[in-house]
Amino acid sequence: MKALRLYVVFIYIFLYSPIAIIVIYSFNSGRYAMDWQGFSTEWYGKALSNPLIVEALLTSLTIAGATALISAVIGTLAALGLQRVKGLCRNVFDGLIYIAIMVPSVVIGIATLVAFVTLFDIINPFVEAVLAFRFQMGMWTVIAAHVLFNIAVVCLIVRARLAGMDRSLVEASEDLYATPLGTFRQVVLPLLLPGIIAGALLAFTFSFEDFVIAFFVAGSDITLPIYVYSSIRRGVTPEINAIGTIVLMTSFTLLIAAQLIMRDRKQRRVGAGG
Amino acid sequence: MNFSPAIAPAGAAHEDTPDVEFRGVSKLYGDVRAVDGVDMALKRGAFVSLLGPSGCGKTTCLRMMAGFEQPTTGQVLIRGADMTHVPAYRRPVNMVFQHYALFPHLNVEANVSYGLRQRSPAPPASEVKKAVAEALAMVRLGGYERRRTWELSGGQQQRVALARALINRPAVLLLDEPLAALDRKLRREMQIELQNLQRNIGITFLLVTHDQEEALSMSDQVCIMRDGKIVQAGSPRELYDEPVDRYVADFVGRSNFFAGRAGSGANGTIPVTLANGFATQGRSPTTAAVPRAGETIVLSIRPEQMVMAGRAADLPGDVTSRLEVVLRNRIFLGEHIEYLVEHATLGEFLVLIPRQADQGDRFATGDTVSVGWRPKAALVLRSTAAQA
Repeated sequence: MKALRLYVVFIYIFLYSPIAIIVIYSFNSGRYAMDWQGFSTEWYGKALSNPLIVEALLTSLTIAGATALISAVIGTLAALGLQRVKGLCRNVFDGLIYIAIMVPSVVIGIATLVAFVTLFDIINPFVEAVLAFRFQMGMWTVIAAHVLFNIAVVCLIVRARLAGMDRSLVEASEDLYATPLGTFRQVVLPLLLPGIIAGALLAFTFSFEDFVIAFFVAGSDITLPIYVYSSIRRGVTPEINAIGTIVLMTSFTLLIAAQLIMRDRKQRRVGAGG
Repeated sequence: MNFSPAIAPAGAAHEDTPDVEFRGVSKLYGDVRAVDGVDMALKRGAFVSLLGPSGCGKTTCLRMMAGFEQPTTGQVLIRGADMTHVPAYRRPVNMVFQHYALFPHLNVEANVSYGLRQRSPAPPASEVKKAVAEALAMVRLGGYERRRTWELSGGQQQRVALARALINRPAVLLLDEPLAALDRKLRREMQIELQNLQRNIGITFLLVTHDQEEALSMSDQVCIMRDGKIVQAGSPRELYDEPVDRYVADFVGRSNFFAGRAGSGANGTIPVTLANGFATQGRSPTTAAVPRAGETIVLSIRPEQMVMAGRAADLPGDVTSRLEVVLRNRIFLGEHIEYLVEHATLGEFLVLIPRQADQGDRFATGDTVSVGWRPKAALVLRSTAAQA
């Protein structure tokens, strides 16, 4: 038993020590990433006063925010729609949703890249003739590609919530004279909201930290992970560690928030049952 | 417990119009006939129960009244207006759900006022507040406005559900097994409370239940359902004393059944020969047709209609049918003693004797005693098989 416990400890060290090292060395006062000179937060200040980093951060935040918003709306509607689908059709849709989450980022990156290039090749001549403007790769194509798989993420979470919702609540609302739209607004939406928010937070996280897909379809726009990748080729500085830590903490906070929101609802429901 | 609605009920029709009427209503799920040609009219202000085992179609009937299901054929009328295809949210009926279906994200006040707040134009906030206070007082939950619903006990949640429905002054209040989730003692209290509430506010109640005791003790009228059809509708007393067939006699209360054959009778008394050749008499219930001579029938005798004595000679003179039996089991029920007795050829049956008449537990297991019944107590019923 003792050996087993030790084994577990080693696994966790193996898993988390690289991350811990990045966080620790982000507070290094020296010029080189792996040469500890003493504690300092100066690299955070330097990172956040670097206009390139700030721009990349803003781009990433915009992409993540838009992805979260669009995925939340479409994913919720998809979950509501799928609720009415039954039988074989339902199984097919369920399978497709899981596949959308499991497809590797590289595949989504390549697939969306090819799709966008093909699409733009077809429509750009017409658009250019009429509007004197061409569609190009950039922030919006990254958002589109991120929304693609985050719809599935939101849809799954909202559907779990929907499945746990007492169907008779909807009937009770209708019985009390609420129109279908009124029922949606006053009963369904408030009860699904924790799931929708949790889904949106996850979508934000997945989008914010994505490198692979953005690398394919970002065009000339630079997201934070792409900036980190390109600057690592010039050597790892504590500045990069600071950025990494910021990204890590952002994701971490959002994931915990999503967990807390979902858990709170569960406890309440158990309470209501008793 | 006076309830004066701050907001007047919508639409008042003629006094004689039934609150809800079913005309030849059937509901098919695929090939399954959940409800099969039901005709029913709920008189204004009545407390009616739909009683039957699970799967008999009673809940489907209720859901068709509420508008959650549409009948396959037939018409649903509410206060004389055809509501067959009107959606639930435009029907002047309200429901108390089996598990109450209180909105977990709203407090008690918001739950109770939900129906009023759907009206257009919305009633003034002060009126809503007043109506909520009245409705909560009516179910003895005054001052509970700010509570969260999940903090309440089962009985309190039940009352909130009642207040939430009754505040709208519906044409009919539909109750879907509302007491099933409560424990026995609380259920008894709520039964009495529901009955009082119904009498005080005069709204028609329709209760769906599988609990015959609940249906009999609370309702003015009980409709017994089986396989999607109403087998018999009547007052609890009528169902108990004059069941149309074996199914009703068995479902409402308990009874002993003996197979036999009817002879040709006169003056309401029908001679019956039981399967073992024992000759006796019975009467046909007023609700059913008199069986033909020679027809296979079932003789039904309620356990409490049986008379017991140590010797046949000690039985009262009007007890004309007498059997010699062996006492097999004796169950003390407080005010009654229930005996399981066995007859050599008719098998086992139950006899229920009030304790005063028991005269100090004279009979013990293994004793040979005489039991009998009066001709009026024995009902000659067409057996279920013959009817189907």
